[in-house]
Amino acid sequence: MSKQGVVPDSFSQPFWDAASEQRLVIQNCRACDRLQHPPAEACSQCGAGDSLEWKPVSGRGTIYNYGVVHDCPVRLLQEDQPFNLAVIMLDDDPGIQMYSHLPGTPVDDVPVGAAVEVIFEPTANGQLVPEWRVIGD
Amino acid sequence: MTTPTAPDAMYRNDEGLGIWEHRGKVAAVGVGHAPTARRWDGRAETCVGALSIQALRRAVDDAGVAPDQIDGLVVVPSTTTGSFWEEGKPLPLDVIRSFRQTQDPLDGIAKLSAEWLLQNMPELTNVRFTMYGPGCMSNALNVAAQAVGDGLTHTCLVVKSWHNFEGRYYQGGDNAGETLPGTAAITRLWGGPASYGTALQFAEYCRKYGKSHEMMAPFMENSRRNGLLFPEGYWAQHRPEELGPEDYLASRWIAKPANLFDNDIPIMMSGAYLFTTAERAKDMRQKPVYILNHASSNTRPRSLVPTLDEVEADTARSARKIYEGAGITADDLSFENMYDGFSLFHQFHLEGLGYRGIRFGEALDFYQTDISIEGPNPVSPSGGNVGGGRSRVWMHTDCIQQLQGRAGARQVTGVRPEVAVSGGPMPLAGNFTVWSASPD
Repeated sequence: MSKQGVVPDSFSQPFWDAASEQRLVIQNCRACDRLQHPPAEACSQCGAGDSLEWKPVSGRGTIYNYGVVHDCPVRLLQEDQPFNLAVIMLDDDPGIQMYSHLPGTPVDDVPVGAAVEVIFEPTANGQLVPEWRVIGD
Repeated sequence: MTTPTAPDAMYRNDEGLGIWEHRGKVAAVGVGHAPTARRWDGRAETCVGALSIQALRRAVDDAGVAPDQIDGLVVVPSTTTGSFWEEGKPLPLDVIRSFRQTQDPLDGIAKLSAEWLLQNMPELTNVRFTMYGPGCMSNALNVAAQAVGDGLTHTCLVVKSWHNFEGRYYQGGDNAGETLPGTAAITRLWGGPASYGTALQFAEYCRKYGKSHEMMAPFMENSRRNGLLFPEGYWAQHRPEELGPEDYLASRWIAKPANLFDNDIPIMMSGAYLFTTAERAKDMRQKPVYILNHASSNTRPRSLVPTLDEVEADTARSARKIYEGAGITADDLSFENMYDGFSLFHQFHLEGLGYRGIRFGEALDFYQTDISIEGPNPVSPSGGNVGGGRSRVWMHTDCIQQLQGRAGARQVTGVRPEVAVSGGPMPLAGNFTVWSASPD
């Protein structure tokens, strides 16, 4: 699927730089030792803004849930409708979710609870983006 | 006059606050609605500002109050249904010149400020208090109730309006482009439509409790039926079509398991209310409907989408706040009238309230029983957004009118309308108002 290109900004640059190197990083509060995603300017738990870092994670997870998108608001994705849109829970912290189109998984035949691993796919402008692939039921 | 946004302190977000200090001392006495339309037709008299003026004047007239007695105005400044005035598109100068303008030429067309309203409603000569309750009417009602209770205003108008321009819902702006800014891209590259998060929660709900999308059909049919009995609503005014199970279940998917009818239809509309003190309300035209409490939730999910556990924990927490501040229990609710746009989360509100003793996972079974306005367990007598179009207002209007006994063909007949709660929008991050026919 052809996702929109990504133009990293200063806040998100570390996330996209890591993706370009095929590494997955998630924002982490050193004070709380707690991951958070989506990233924010401050820790959602303690409020600190100066204790945030980008922490490497394992790139393993499970499929928490999914829907099938038939009417997508993003123009570039419309030619691929219908498509799976799943939510992945990270093994490092099941409270942390990431979206995935689950490349290779048939539409509406998604094994909820299955193990997945991160892969990296190019977007429309070549920026690599984290995606997830089923590795077992 | 510069209008501030309501401070956090005006919302009752926490448990353990006890009975609301103004319980029964604030009342709704006037209701006003403007005619609905599917989209703006470009005329001055149908722009969102004009609709707002119309709704406000009707609320004043409904209450039987002289305009110079109004001293407060609470406004929801955002009016978009998901459509925006595209950058570079020529401004509608003929419309702009039809009104007294603020510094923003799209004020009254694609947004709404208190200043714009006051400049274009010269009869409101004594408004000294203005405030924004951002989000939807549920926020603004809480702000207005607290403001009247606190004595910041004694006769206060509240308005929420919506504009809907040509074009597909949320398909302009960044979504039409080739690239996304990096921060937004972290969550938006995957293209989930607005109802996607709710669809996920519903999917998890069905897996956990062994329910199915088909079980929503009686609720949808009942809601549309009630909406068609709401003369102010979009479907009643423009498309008086029932929504039977076959039509509902045959509808196309948007984000499976959410189909087209599970998504409320965006419309042009405006709704307004007049709040005052219980003391002053006695002399007004309509029977007062007293506010026993307002409560709010500002809970955020841990990550991208709320999980079912997070939803259920928060709806239960909201219910405790609702009941605690009002000094009531679930047994006191005459009917159920929470928000429904998207339809697939209505059961979360219902179960959180424990309406008629329903527990988590039981609402869809409850939908298979008599939930009509004639029965003992009315569900969504307003018809909600399913029955009236996207307004986030119908349930509030309906609670007031039911308790006043002037809901017309929609009037509940199987129960005595005494106490009700309305609010939303989402199961997380909602605002709720408890209404009563009696101040006690």
